Amino acid sequence: MYRWGMVIDLDRCTGCQACVVACRQENNVPFAGEQEAVLGRGKFWMNFISEVKGSYPDVKMRFFPIPCMQCDHPPCTKVCPVEATYKNPEGIVAQVYPRCIGVRMCISNCPYTVRYFNWHAPAWPDDYKRGRNPDVYKRRKGITEKCNFCIQRIRTAKWKAKKENRRIHDGEVIPACAETCPSGAISFGDLNDSKSRVSRLSKSRRAFRLLEDLGTKPKVYYLKEGEWHDG
Amino acid sequence: MTDSEAIARKYGKVIAPMTRTGWAFWATAIPLAAIFLWSVFAFGWQYRFGLGETGMGHPVSWALYLVNFVFFIGISHAGALVSAVLRITHAGWGTPFGRAAEAVTVFALAAGPTNILFDLGRSSRFYWVALHAQFKSPLLWDFTCIMTYFTVSVIFLYVLMVPDIGLLRDRFPGRRWLYRPLSLGWTGTEKQWSALGKAIGFLCIAVIPIAVSVHTVVSWVFGLQTQPMWFSTIFAPYFVVGAIYSGIAAIILVTIALRKVYHLEDYLKPYHYNNMGLLLLVFTLLWAYFTFAEYLTVGYAGGEAEHAVLWSKLTGKYALLFWIMVALCFVIPFPILVFRRTLPGLLIASICIIIGMWIERYTIIIPSFIEPRLPYVRGDYMPSWVEWSMTFGLAAGFTLAFVLFSKLFPVISIWETEKDEKEKESKGD
Repeated sequence: MYRWGMVIDLDRCTGCQACVVACRQENNVPFAGEQEAVLGRGKFWMNFISEVKGSYPDVKMRFFPIPCMQCDHPPCTKVCPVEATYKNPEGIVAQVYPRCIGVRMCISNCPYTVRYFNWHAPAWPDDYKRGRNPDVYKRRKGITEKCNFCIQRIRTAKWKAKKENRRIHDGEVIPACAETCPSGAISFGDLNDSKSRVSRLSKSRRAFRLLEDLGTKPKVYYLKEGEWHDG
Repeated sequence: MTDSEAIARKYGKVIAPMTRTGWAFWATAIPLAAIFLWSVFAFGWQYRFGLGETGMGHPVSWALYLVNFVFFIGISHAGALVSAVLRITHAGWGTPFGRAAEAVTVFALAAGPTNILFDLGRSSRFYWVALHAQFKSPLLWDFTCIMTYFTVSVIFLYVLMVPDIGLLRDRFPGRRWLYRPLSLGWTGTEKQWSALGKAIGFLCIAVIPIAVSVHTVVSWVFGLQTQPMWFSTIFAPYFVVGAIYSGIAAIILVTIALRKVYHLEDYLKPYHYNNMGLLLLVFTLLWAYFTFAEYLTVGYAGGEAEHAVLWSKLTGKYALLFWIMVALCFVIPFPILVFRRTLPGLLIASICIIIGMWIERYTIIIPSFIEPRLPYVRGDYMPSWVEWSMTFGLAAGFTLAFVLFSKLFPVISIWETEKDEKEKESKGD
């Protein structure tokens, strides 16, 4: 059984936000538009936070790409009254779009605030529409959506591996954010495989997870800045 | 027949609202109905264009609808709970409040959960909560408890009305189509009285734990979440106390209005209000105690995330609302209830408390959303016209339901008043 996880090396992150764009493209994340974004309705399955510390000339900038943490103890799944979200056997916190009735309790109980709601019917600019990904489930207004580690890619990779009667190799399947990251800051793979890159990095001295004290046990690890050697 | 006529004459003032319908009725009912219908339009608008028509967003993903939900469910506690407790303890002064209280419960319970319907992204699929029940969700507990409470309080209101409906059936031949099936063939035989007594005894006992459970699970919708300042062990009793508090205020407000409009001064006497005021005073103190305990604990030992919310309430963005709430829920009503339990005093106190408790729910729900645990998602919230329409529509619908109710059924229990009087007489002999 796979147990998908992600490691984001904050030292390598240059803040280019390519991951945000790639995620939007891969998962058909709708455009909220300027007006809606002011109301906080922008959807960022891969969210990106930057922080400026200090003032000129002593300025330090920090970047934080924030996808869904894919918790091992997700607070969001247990509060859903219709079981529209659940942790699948491979550890991905999945959203069942046709089942969701838009209660939004999962959104309010997510301490990382990485679940997004379709306040209006999803919309895209016209010339963008042709480029939408056909492999992704269509969402309607009034339901919740979230990052799922590009589950469609994992599914395809699993089919292929099954046909060839083998396990998925490390690095064979990666989500759009990891694929596009120019500095290779995002790694993705099977945490159950002790030889995989992610499981090695997740045991690094630099590794930490967000809000660990809540006991949610995220499967997205960060490597803190400042020490350049791997692991 | 002569017996029913004598009683009807004796309680002429209680029955009068059902016989006469003047301009005042239409002047009240028509605007209320108009506001209510406007809210139906607003809901249609929201249904068509999505929840984006509200002021909600990220991170404030629950807002006014949830405030109204908790508020109305709170009001509903008045009724059944207070009247059941007063009945069990044989507090005779509760009798004239009973019927109004039970009706408040039923209508508030109809209004409260409706907000959840408004709040759903796909309102037409609300029944999936029953169909695809996921038992770990506090919302499912809510659904279960509220449905139980609603059923029981409708039965409670109804069973306690049966003897009066029997009387109405004999008095209003024109409305027999309504009263005859509802009266269940009530003629006042010995056997019927004993069955009624048993039913009431059972319902009084049953309704208390159910009512407590309802606001307990309503509090858990928040208290079991990770949001700062929600995650608190005293939320359940705090919410129950707040609910009964606003509920008693609602009973006082409603009965004072009825007393004035329908000239019921003979039944609702200052003595009754004095006692009700004392009950309200107890809950003023309980509420203040819980509030103080909650905020002190957070302020003294809370973490960073909790402090962010706390200070936004005490001195920050929500300070104005917060201190208005403290004034309306404690500073103003407390001295009134201590020194002046007169009718005008109680009227002012109840209005303050009802508004104050609405604000209390607002300041519990919204600030925690504005300052979530991770310090990067920040947002603001301002209700849109849709949400205000729904809020006023529900309030109008609630009032309208009460007005219509008072035109069809006596707002003071005739048979219980009669029974109390007889008991008093026999004691006097």
